[in-house]
Amino acid sequence: MKGNYDLVIIGGGPAGLAAAVAAYDSGVEDILILEREPILGGILNQCIHNGFGLTRFKESLSGPEYAARFISEVEKRSITVLTNTAVLSLDKGKLVTAMNAEEGVFTVQAKAVILAMGCRERSRGALNVAGSRAAGVYSAGTAQKYVNVFGYMPGKRVVILGSGDIGLIMARRMTLEGAKVLAVCEIMPQTSGLKRNIAQCLDDFGIPLYLNHTVTKIEGDERVTGVVVSKVDENRKPIAGTEIHFDCDTVLFSVGLIPENELTKGAGIELSRGTRGAVVTQSRETSESGVFACGNVLQVHDLVDFVSEEAEIAGVSAARYILGGEVKRDAVEVKNGKNILYVCPQLIDKSVGGKVKLFFRVTDTFKAPTVTVRCGNGAVQTKKLKVAVPGEMQSIVLSEETVRGLNGSVEVLVEVDQ
Amino acid sequence: MSSVKVICTECPMGCEIEVLVNGDEISVEGYGCKRGREYAEAEVVCPRRVVTSTVRSSTGRMVPVKTERPVKRSEIFAVMEKINAAGCSLPVRIGDVIVRCVSEDINVIATANVD
Amino acid sequence: MYDVAVIGSGVIGGLIFRKLTEYKLSVCLLEKAGDVCMGASKANSGIVHAGFDALPGTLKAKFNVEGNLMMKSVADELGVKYRENGSLVVAFCEDEVIKLKELASRGEQNGVKGIEIIGRERLKEMEPNISDEAVGALFAPTGGIICPYGLALAAIGNAMDNGGELKTDFEVVSIEKEEGGFTVKSANGECVTSRAVVNCAGLGGGKIAAMIGDEIRIGARKGEYLLLDRESGSAVNHTLFFTPTEKGKGILVSPTVDGNVILGPTAKEQADGNVLTSDEGLAFVSKKAGEMLKELPLYNTITSFAGVRAYSERHDFIIEESESVSGFFHCIGIESPGLTASPAIAKYVVEELMAGRYGWERNPSFNGRRRPDYFFKDLTAEQKNAVIAKDPSFGRTVCRCEQVTEGEILQAIRENPPARDIDGVKRRTRSGMGRCQGGFCQPYVAQLIARERGIPIEKVTKSGGKSYILMGVTK
Repeated sequence: MKGNYDLVIIGGGPAGLAAAVAAYDSGVEDILILEREPILGGILNQCIHNGFGLTRFKESLSGPEYAARFISEVEKRSITVLTNTAVLSLDKGKLVTAMNAEEGVFTVQAKAVILAMGCRERSRGALNVAGSRAAGVYSAGTAQKYVNVFGYMPGKRVVILGSGDIGLIMARRMTLEGAKVLAVCEIMPQTSGLKRNIAQCLDDFGIPLYLNHTVTKIEGDERVTGVVVSKVDENRKPIAGTEIHFDCDTVLFSVGLIPENELTKGAGIELSRGTRGAVVTQSRETSESGVFACGNVLQVHDLVDFVSEEAEIAGVSAARYILGGEVKRDAVEVKNGKNILYVCPQLIDKSVGGKVKLFFRVTDTFKAPTVTVRCGNGAVQTKKLKVAVPGEMQSIVLSEETVRGLNGSVEVLVEVDQ
Repeated sequence: MSSVKVICTECPMGCEIEVLVNGDEISVEGYGCKRGREYAEAEVVCPRRVVTSTVRSSTGRMVPVKTERPVKRSEIFAVMEKINAAGCSLPVRIGDVIVRCVSEDINVIATANVD
Repeated sequence: MYDVAVIGSGVIGGLIFRKLTEYKLSVCLLEKAGDVCMGASKANSGIVHAGFDALPGTLKAKFNVEGNLMMKSVADELGVKYRENGSLVVAFCEDEVIKLKELASRGEQNGVKGIEIIGRERLKEMEPNISDEAVGALFAPTGGIICPYGLALAAIGNAMDNGGELKTDFEVVSIEKEEGGFTVKSANGECVTSRAVVNCAGLGGGKIAAMIGDEIRIGARKGEYLLLDRESGSAVNHTLFFTPTEKGKGILVSPTVDGNVILGPTAKEQADGNVLTSDEGLAFVSKKAGEMLKELPLYNTITSFAGVRAYSERHDFIIEESESVSGFFHCIGIESPGLTASPAIAKYVVEELMAGRYGWERNPSFNGRRRPDYFFKDLTAEQKNAVIAKDPSFGRTVCRCEQVTEGEILQAIRENPPARDIDGVKRRTRSGMGRCQGGFCQPYVAQLIARERGIPIEKVTKSGGKSYILMGVTK
């Protein structure tokens, strides 16, 4: 086992794969990908539904098909891949400690590191749903793995809490495989998943969607036997007297994704409260120079196409860092303005050059809003949107010239014209 | 004359398209692109969907599959029955036909390389 | 015929079981559930109390202080994580400071070492995240934290390694006193005969006592908890208690020995042993914990749970031989500080009440150390590699959140007492106990259980009985 690589990529999912290819094609060939699962592809392997790649490949691919395109690109290049390998820690000096059955515990010294560990699902515990600890309560992604990868049914009568995309997709998958999905409950007044998933996963199968509703109690001794669903008021608190009871054997939670940044924290890298990922420049470089982050470990994306795009930025930037060395940063801060949940990247490094695409999420639903990027008192860029909802990531581009002219921090804000 | 509202599933934009039907005449409003227009028309005349599922291989490993083209929405469960009854031996490659002519002349194909 | 049958495999039954195997005896442990330690010992605060709370002269006070002194060496022998993090009883007004002084003098009477009353400044230094409303605290340096089910599991496993027998799914339905001993019958019709019986049945302790004609009422009190991610582990250093007042004891806020933060418990009387959590209970815990700390990272909650504690109307432990039936011993009504007291209770019951009286001989081959007595995650790279070289399954990480390997999971399924379900593996290895709550690892753990036990995966349960995790195949 070689003890040093130019570039070590932690995670062989869509982000890690695209980053590896981009870095290689930018002139860095000494690359190691560390993947904890037995095969490359990450979460795409269990996302067997179609709809991936519309932006990138102009066709509707399944998750494994999308992954396969990148895996074959990695295989064409002499990139080293270690699967079944868990990374235990990342040190400040870009020393990666990992473990697998063949090598045991080993360390790899990298010149640059790309973090591409993805995210995890929020669990029932994070919501404090009261009731029993009976079997039959799953996060939607766990159910997806059981059904799609292992071929088992987690249950037959299902209530889903949360209208995240994985929950919607699983409503359809469970229905196709013979289960009865009784309800999808969403505590907010709008769904958090994509509109098309409401149409093709719920409406197609007549699965009712309960907006402004949440699961307030889970019943059952050994296995779940039912749930109580209640309507919530404008403060998201359940309203007494609105309880609906469902007889079910399974509850799926699809209540959000959280970037998995334990290694990042261990390395002392600064994290953003908004994204729960690292604070990065537009190169996707973290507070630790030479350590980059991309994909869902950086910010939870709606679409894998954007993960690939972001990973390529990280891959190219890492290659530039390895080949050209560290360049002194000339960074301005990007702040969350009115109605903005977060913006990524959080820093614009003027020494990098080129245009900058700012991704952001809004705090609420806005019809025909205007997005403004402000620097000082003046707007440096504006964009009209048809609609903006928290469930869909938006972006706005600052031209190279605009970036060059920035003389202080910028603020992104969203307003609806009166 | 009747009007049908369709949420386009062709891409993540989720355009809300209105289809006006007047006898044999169909007009479409609010679409964002050509694909959206075609989708909305088809939704009113004969909605179609790609069905994705899995087939249990001879070793027990699951092979993800899809219909190579959209099938009639009304045929989804009939298609699922045929997929559920099917088997396959390994290895399979993406695009390998797993079930022939599952509906009309549409095949079910593998969507992953499984060894 | 067994020499001793112990009924109930909580921390009390478990440590008594182990103590008995220090003698040349045939001993069995009877548990009604499918796994050991499924009652109050599974879901409590995990605090090793210093001993200032119990009233002087009670069994609680005696065994609390003795147990506290024994805990370090017991934990050491059994390979159970234990940390003496110190306890603070926090006062929020001058009246409460007066109450602290009472507690301090009670502690001194009970023989607790090192207690002192500290002011606001010192408290802030020790607990930077303490509420600005806090005015002072009682500091007890000997307070500690331990994993309660970890202690019971290790004790039972060690006893089994030393020849003790465990019978799970053995729900005692009748006990007959006969010539020279007892016949204990289970709900499945299985019979065990034994010269002596120890009743450590927790919530069921009153029912078991009634089977031999002793009337002891055991009440049930539910406690609900919230558990925070290890990421928030630095929010609190010591175990923080509210000053007990007429209105109640409040809750505690404490690090756990595994690095999480635990908040709770509530205390609600109930008729049965149900462990349902409630909106009100969890809201109360959140609110009280918010009063204790300046910043309470509730967004980092990873799970909530409830446990039911047994208590006796004597408001003290009941540790005695039955007055009416000789050879039958009660260890019931063991409410807080029962976990702390457990090693001392076990020692007292076996050595003082039983050994001399029955003339037992020591078991020379008894080995009090349990294998393996390390935590894989905490080993150095060299030590890990030595383990992996012998058994590569230790190189395969299954639970990423808690970094638990396949080797440890297999060990939990194979060693004493064997894990048979998902929660059993979780309690033994922490797999599924982290921030994703088993979202990633459960399918793999289920497959390992199915393989090792030779059962189809659809028969794998979450927690015994009919708590099946899956309902058939997809096609």
